[in-house]
Amino acid sequence: MTLLDVSQVSKSFPGVRALDRVRLEVGRGEVHALLGENGAGKSTLIKILSAAHAADEGAVTFDGRPLDPRDSPLRRQQLGIATIYQEFNLFPELSVAENIFLGREPKRLGLIDWRRLRADAASLLGDLGLPLDSDAPVSRLTVAEQQMVEIAKAMTLNARLIIMDEPTAALSSREVDRLHAIIADLKARGVSVIYVSHRLAEVKAMCDRYTVMRDGRWVASGDVADVEVDDMVRLMVGRSVEFVRRTRSGPPGPVVLKVETVTPKRPRLAAPGYLKNVSLEVRSGEIVGLAGLVGAGRTDLARLIFGADAIAAGSIRLDDKPLKLKSPRDAIRAGVMMVPEDRKQQGCFLDHSIRRNLSLPSLKPLSRLGQWIDERAERDLVETYRKKLRVKMASQETPIGKLSGGNQQKVLLGRSMALAPRVLIVDEPTRGIDIGAKAEVHQVLSDLAAQGVAILVISSELAEVMAVSDRIVVFREGAVVADLDGETATEEGLMAYMATGVGRTSPPGMEHRPQ
Amino acid sequence: MTSSPTFSPDPAAEQAAPPPRRFAPLAFARKHRTILFLLLLIAVFGAVNERFLTVRNALNILSEVSIYGIIAVGMTYVILIGGIDVAVGSLLACASLAAAYVVTAVIGPSPASWLIALALSTFIGLAGGYIHGKAVTWLHVPAFIVTLGGMTVWRGATLILNDGGPISGFDAAYRWWGTGDILFVPVPIAVFALVAALGHVVLRYTRYGRQVYAVGGNAEAARLSGVNVDFIVTSVYAVIGALAGLSGFLLSARLGSAEAVAGAGYELRVIASVVIGGASLTGGSGGVGGTILGALLIGVLSNGLVIMHVSSYFQQVVIGLIIVAAVAFDHYARTHKA
Repeated sequence: MTLLDVSQVSKSFPGVRALDRVRLEVGRGEVHALLGENGAGKSTLIKILSAAHAADEGAVTFDGRPLDPRDSPLRRQQLGIATIYQEFNLFPELSVAENIFLGREPKRLGLIDWRRLRADAASLLGDLGLPLDSDAPVSRLTVAEQQMVEIAKAMTLNARLIIMDEPTAALSSREVDRLHAIIADLKARGVSVIYVSHRLAEVKAMCDRYTVMRDGRWVASGDVADVEVDDMVRLMVGRSVEFVRRTRSGPPGPVVLKVETVTPKRPRLAAPGYLKNVSLEVRSGEIVGLAGLVGAGRTDLARLIFGADAIAAGSIRLDDKPLKLKSPRDAIRAGVMMVPEDRKQQGCFLDHSIRRNLSLPSLKPLSRLGQWIDERAERDLVETYRKKLRVKMASQETPIGKLSGGNQQKVLLGRSMALAPRVLIVDEPTRGIDIGAKAEVHQVLSDLAAQGVAILVISSELAEVMAVSDRIVVFREGAVVADLDGETATEEGLMAYMATGVGRTSPPGMEHRPQ
Repeated sequence: MTSSPTFSPDPAAEQAAPPPRRFAPLAFARKHRTILFLLLLIAVFGAVNERFLTVRNALNILSEVSIYGIIAVGMTYVILIGGIDVAVGSLLACASLAAAYVVTAVIGPSPASWLIALALSTFIGLAGGYIHGKAVTWLHVPAFIVTLGGMTVWRGATLILNDGGPISGFDAAYRWWGTGDILFVPVPIAVFALVAALGHVVLRYTRYGRQVYAVGGNAEAARLSGVNVDFIVTSVYAVIGALAGLSGFLLSARLGSAEAVAGAGYELRVIASVVIGGASLTGGSGGVGGTILGALLIGVLSNGLVIMHVSSYFQQVVIGLIIVAAVAFDHYARTHKA
C-alpha cells in the first residue's frame, strides 16, 4: 500500500531547474533507497517533502491525502514525516531525554515533570533497543549515538516516514550494522524509510525498493532484489564507474616518513594503551591506507604527524631527519600536508572565494618580499589546479561554500598539491561526495604517488581503502593490529581485524597474525 | 563539465555569463546603503541649516572624524579576526597623558618634544595592545573580557599618573599636529588619510591581510593551512593599540592638553564605525572602505545634530539606535537576498 506518492514535482532555483517532473512512490513499511550523484536533486526533493522548500508544480500525497505545499516544516512533522539531515538538529548541551522531548516535555502544574521526562525517555529508548543513557548530554555522544537520538525523537512524533540523508556517511562499519538493525525494527513497526546513500552495497543489503535520480529527473524505480550494485551505479551516472584498483607505476622508493613509537601528549581517549608507541613507515610513491573503525586512532595519529596535536614521546622522521613540530605550520614547512576530515569545519573558509581558499598556504612564494601578493601569479596557480582537478566553478571569485562537496574537496586537494608536499595525509577524502568525483580523487592520489609523494589515506569506506592503497595498516582501539598488502587484502579480512584485532580468512577459525 | 548538455545546462557555465539585468533600485540601495544614507544626512542637514554645508564645517567634521577614524582602521582588523577591543578609549588617554607627562615634566622644553611624544604615545599604545593580544592568545580569555578589564586598568592608570588632572603647555611644533595644516588640509585629516590608505593596502594586497581574513573566516582551517594564528591575533591587538596611542597624541595636540578623560566613549564610536561600515562581528568579512564611511556617518550625524542645537544627550540616543538599525538591516539584507 502506498504511503507517499510524489508525482510530476518540479522546482527551479534562479538559473537552475533542480527538479523536473520527478516521481517517487514509497509503500508502508518499506525502506526506499533514493539514489543519485550529488546534484541529482535528492536533497531538493527531501527538502520539499520536509517543507523546507515549496515545490513549483506537481502533487504529493501522503497517506492518501494531498499535502499542502504551503505547510510549515513543523506541520509536516505533525503529519508524520520526519527528516534526519546529515547535520543533526540537536542541542549539544541538553541531555538525550531533553532533546527527544524538546518542546513537548511532560508537564505538571505548568512545570516540566523531570521524573516523567526521564522515565519516558528511558522506556522509549529501551523499547527501540537503543543503548543510550537518557541523562547524558548529547555533546558527549558519538555521531552514531546522536543519530539514534534523532531516530528516537522522530518516533515520539509518531513518524510514519523517516527520511535519512546519508545516515551512514560518518559511521564505522559496526555502527552501520547497528543502524541497519534499527531500521529493520522500524520497518517491522510499519514505519517507512527513505534512505539516501552513496554506499550501494548497503542499499543492496537492506533496502526494498529504489528510485534513481539524475540531473533533477526521475530515471528509474524498482525492486532492489532485481538489480545489482553495478546496475544502480550505471543508472546513477549514466555510465559505468566503479572503484578501479590503482596500478602502481613502479616499486616504491626510499622511506620518506618514519613514525617511531609516538604517544600523544593529550590522548583523545583515556583508555589505557590508546595510541601508545605507534610506529609507521611510508615510502616515496607509496599509498598507505589507514583502516579502522571511527575512533580507532587513525585521525589522532594523522594530527600528530601534521603537528596539529603535540606528541609526548617518540619521533617523527622525514627523509631520516627528525621533525620538531609545534604546529601545522612547522609540518607544512617541512613538506607534510594534510587534508582534514571535516571539510566545512576544518578545511573551508566557506564565505571566501575559491581563489583565497586554494592559495592561502602557498602565498609566500607568490609574494614580493614575502608579503606583496602577485595576484596574477595567484590566479594562474588557481587556474592550474582548476584544470588539473577539473573543478566545476563559475569563477575563482565564487565563495567556496557555493560549490558541491566534491568540488570543495578538489579545491582543498589543490590547496595541498600547490605546496608540492613530500608527505600528504588525506582524511576521509571522499566522504559525502558522488561516485564520479570519488574516482577522480582516487586518480589524483594515484598520480601524486607516481610523482613520488608519500601518501596516507584514512577512509571508513573499505572499498576505497582497498582500491587506493598499496599497503593497508589496520587500527583498533588505538593500536596497529595489522599491516597488509593492498592487493591481497580482502574486505572480510580487514573487517575481522578492525572488529576483533585478529585476522580471519573466509573459513572461520583459520587465523593468521599480522606480518 | 558537459556530461549531460541535453538535460540541464551546467549551472556553473550559466553563472559565468549572467544575463544582462535591468537596473534594480532595491539591490542598488542595499549595496550602497551606507553612502546613500550619508548623502541623505548631508542633504537634510544642508537644507535645514546654512552653516552645515561650508568648507569650514566640513573640515571641522573631518578633523573630528579623523581622531577616532584612525582607531577605527585598527578596529576593522580586530573585528575581521572575530575579536573586539573596548579598551581603545582608555588606552588612548593613558598613552597620550604618559607621553605628555614625559615631555613636559621629565624632559622639559626641547625642539624634539613633539617627536618624543608622538613616538612614546604610539609605543605605549602598542605595548598595551600587545598585552591584550597575549592575554587573548596565551590565557585564552575572551577578547571582550580582556579589553573590558583593560578599559578600567588603563583609565585607572591614567588617573593615578597625574591625579586626574590635565597636562598642557605644549610648544608650537607639538600643537601643529592637531591644529596645523599641510596644503590647507588639517594635519589630523592627513594622518587619518595616510593610516586608512595603509590599512586598506595591507588588507587588500598583502599576505598578512589575507591571513587576517582567514583567521576570522575559520580559525581552525587557518591553523591547518599553516597560518600562525596566535601571531595574527596578537599583532592585530598591538596595531590597534598603537593607533589608539597615535590618535591620543593628535587629540592632545588638537586640544592643547592631554586629559585623563580623553577618549571616553570612543570604543563605542569606533566599533560603531566598523559595524555600520558593514563588517561582520563574527569575523571574516568587512573592509577599511566601509569603516571610513561608517566613521563619516557618525561624524556628520553628531555635527549636524549639534548645529541644529539638539542636545548631546539626545545624540547618544540617536547614535545608539543607528548602530542597532545598521546591524538589523545588514542581517535583513543577508537573509533576504534578491
